[in-house]
Amino acid sequence: MLKKQAYAADTKAIFDEMLRADASPRPAYAALAAWLERQSQGGIRRKQQEADAIFRRLGITFAVYGSAESNERLIPFDLMPRVISAGEWRFLERGIEQRVRALNAFLYDIYHRQEIIRAGKIPAEMINDNEAFLPEMMGFDPPRQVYSHIVGTDIVRTGEDQFFVLEDNMRTPSGVSYMLENRETMMHLFPEIFAAHRVAPVEHYPELLRQTLESVAPATCEGDPRIAVLTPGIYNSAFFEHAFLADQMGVELVQGSDLLVDEGALWMRTIRGRERVHVLYRRVDDAFLDPLNFRPDSMLGVPGLFDLYRAGAVTIVNAPGTGIADDKAIYAYVPEIIQFYTGEKPLLNNVTTWRCAKDDERAYVLENLHELVVKEVHGSGGYGMLIGPRSTKQQRQDFAERIKARPTNYIAQPTLALSTCPAFTASGLAPRHVDLRPFVLMGERVRVTPGGLTRVALKKGSLVVNSSQGGGTKDTWVLED
Amino acid sequence: MLGRTAASLFWMSRYMERAENVSRLIGVGYRESLTPDIGVGYRDDWTATLTAAGCLADYKAKHAKVTAESVQKFLLLDRDNPSSIRSCIETARNNGRSVRTALTREMWEALNATYNDFNAINPSDLGPARLLEVLDWTRERANLFRGAMLGSLLRDEGYCFSQLGTFVERGDNTARNVATKYSVLLPVNEVAGGGRNLHQLETILRMVAAHQSYRYFFKYAYRAPQIVDFIVLRPEMPRSLRFCSDWVVSMLTRLTELTGVGAGSLAAAKEIQAGLMASTPDSISQEGLHGYLTDFLSRNAALAARTAADFNFG
Repeated sequence: MLKKQAYAADTKAIFDEMLRADASPRPAYAALAAWLERQSQGGIRRKQQEADAIFRRLGITFAVYGSAESNERLIPFDLMPRVISAGEWRFLERGIEQRVRALNAFLYDIYHRQEIIRAGKIPAEMINDNEAFLPEMMGFDPPRQVYSHIVGTDIVRTGEDQFFVLEDNMRTPSGVSYMLENRETMMHLFPEIFAAHRVAPVEHYPELLRQTLESVAPATCEGDPRIAVLTPGIYNSAFFEHAFLADQMGVELVQGSDLLVDEGALWMRTIRGRERVHVLYRRVDDAFLDPLNFRPDSMLGVPGLFDLYRAGAVTIVNAPGTGIADDKAIYAYVPEIIQFYTGEKPLLNNVTTWRCAKDDERAYVLENLHELVVKEVHGSGGYGMLIGPRSTKQQRQDFAERIKARPTNYIAQPTLALSTCPAFTASGLAPRHVDLRPFVLMGERVRVTPGGLTRVALKKGSLVVNSSQGGGTKDTWVLED
Repeated sequence: MLGRTAASLFWMSRYMERAENVSRLIGVGYRESLTPDIGVGYRDDWTATLTAAGCLADYKAKHAKVTAESVQKFLLLDRDNPSSIRSCIETARNNGRSVRTALTREMWEALNATYNDFNAINPSDLGPARLLEVLDWTRERANLFRGAMLGSLLRDEGYCFSQLGTFVERGDNTARNVATKYSVLLPVNEVAGGGRNLHQLETILRMVAAHQSYRYFFKYAYRAPQIVDFIVLRPEMPRSLRFCSDWVVSMLTRLTELTGVGAGSLAAAKEIQAGLMASTPDSISQEGLHGYLTDFLSRNAALAARTAADFNFG
């Protein structure tokens, strides 16, 4: 099915993960490319249909907010795996670990002595006026001083050795269930290509997640800690993942109404009466965790949960207040943050970021809108964003007005030429832009799961990989030496 | 196990059971409508079908006239009717989905595929042939779900709550189905006899899927006392009140052993069982069949409420 010359011609000046400009495969892809050349389009199409049927039957869906006709959709799964060589992965792994350790140290500092502000590296108002900063967390020591136990670092690639971190998801990153199910599905559909590659396994993630959660149980916990996953319920877009992870770890999946705070402890209502919970892996946002301490109208949380947390009777994972570390306004300071806490140079690049709050930077942004990507500071999911080179004049004018009206709400970055990977499209194999979200677990130690979730913009030329905007996912292989 | 999990397993099974029952009732109603009535026209008793399904009041609130087509749509597809097959499948699936971790993969796939496939049905092409196909399909899916559950679920609390839901619902359905046709079973009608009566007796047996097993079991023609015996009292008949009651007692016994709670529910269940064991077709006839069935219905409902309270469902 693979026609190397035609495919390479399609990649134009963009870095393609599989083929070089001269249409020769990169070493990590050599076996896969050879295999692809032997496949027929009809055969792959049948496998694709089989994969779709598997996903639908298992109910691996996500909800799309505000779309009435189908509130559960399938995330498109693209059969073509993304391959990362052992060497590339070693580099990424080191860079990611350095970054998450530094950001965790930053969180500890911000919620204690704020040395980084005293040192003049970050302006105080960047923290104090930030909505993601949670003053309630000041002076509190979470178990093992870990704030973000589960991190999903979004990485893009633009060249052979050019990797950039686009976002540090330190709050409640999702997508790990797709990483696991994608692999299961691929091993089911294509056992023969796994036989020809040494692909690092990912299936132990749930076990490692469980160990991580156990390792941060409150110091007062005697015996085996009881873990529960807190979900907002079946209408949440990531409900499948919440249920999946609870199932894989063999722990209870709870909703706020299943929990209560009493006698200085967190309990869940069971058929035998109530039982203690020591570690709560919550997939509910900070604001909704506890109506007594945060949003009073929240029906998703547990009254008094935060007080219990501060008293050391339960561990909330990830800790409340971690959003300050992945805030888009703080992002520009991450290289400084790494230097400050580790004394090392950052291994992974940041994308150049202009902050519209600053007069000179805003002026530059407004003059160069046609080349830049403009993002809302608190936006996510690919909403509220302008991609300059793909925008109309009208859209740019609208955005300029919005930036002038609320400059602090926007940042801008150059439009990155994201690398492409082969995707199976209606017209056969074609290059499509991808990103990568490896998942990190931080407890007793830091573990980066080999691979992660590759998201792919399935529309030709599109740079937006979010599933809410027509993106799909791929299995991601890290090859072992 | 969370109280909410127990509740979801209980209701998931209740609604799958109900979907199957409603599908059977529509099928029986449809069959009736094809049978010539004495004199002219056909028997058409969709009001009885609605009553048996416990949907008559809801239907009347929405529709002025009882017509075959609108009753079929109401019982099959209407989301406003909580007991329509569509609602049953959706509710069962949503209950299952919210406690996905308590289900096996096989159970979830059976539920989820049923839900997906049902949504693909186009209401406008539900002609007579297609209608029967959809009804058969619904029963097949209910059977698949039950098979997946029996074949894969660990015999722990979750199994007990799921089975409890099945048999509380089934007892309710059987009692309700028979109650709508109880007059056919009155001794006074025995005297009248004749074709019409035999047909009516068979209809009752069909409503509880027992017309073939009856003939096998009794080896002679339909007689009202035997039918009452079969549907109400016989422990061998898998939809009889006695059979359902035996299962409820056995599941609650197991649950109290496993959890140490639920003694009140178990006592109430045993009382219902003892009442059935002490009854005969004669004693039921003297007491009045209709009263006997309504008494069962209210005790069965009270038992379900008691169980929910005992096991923290609320």
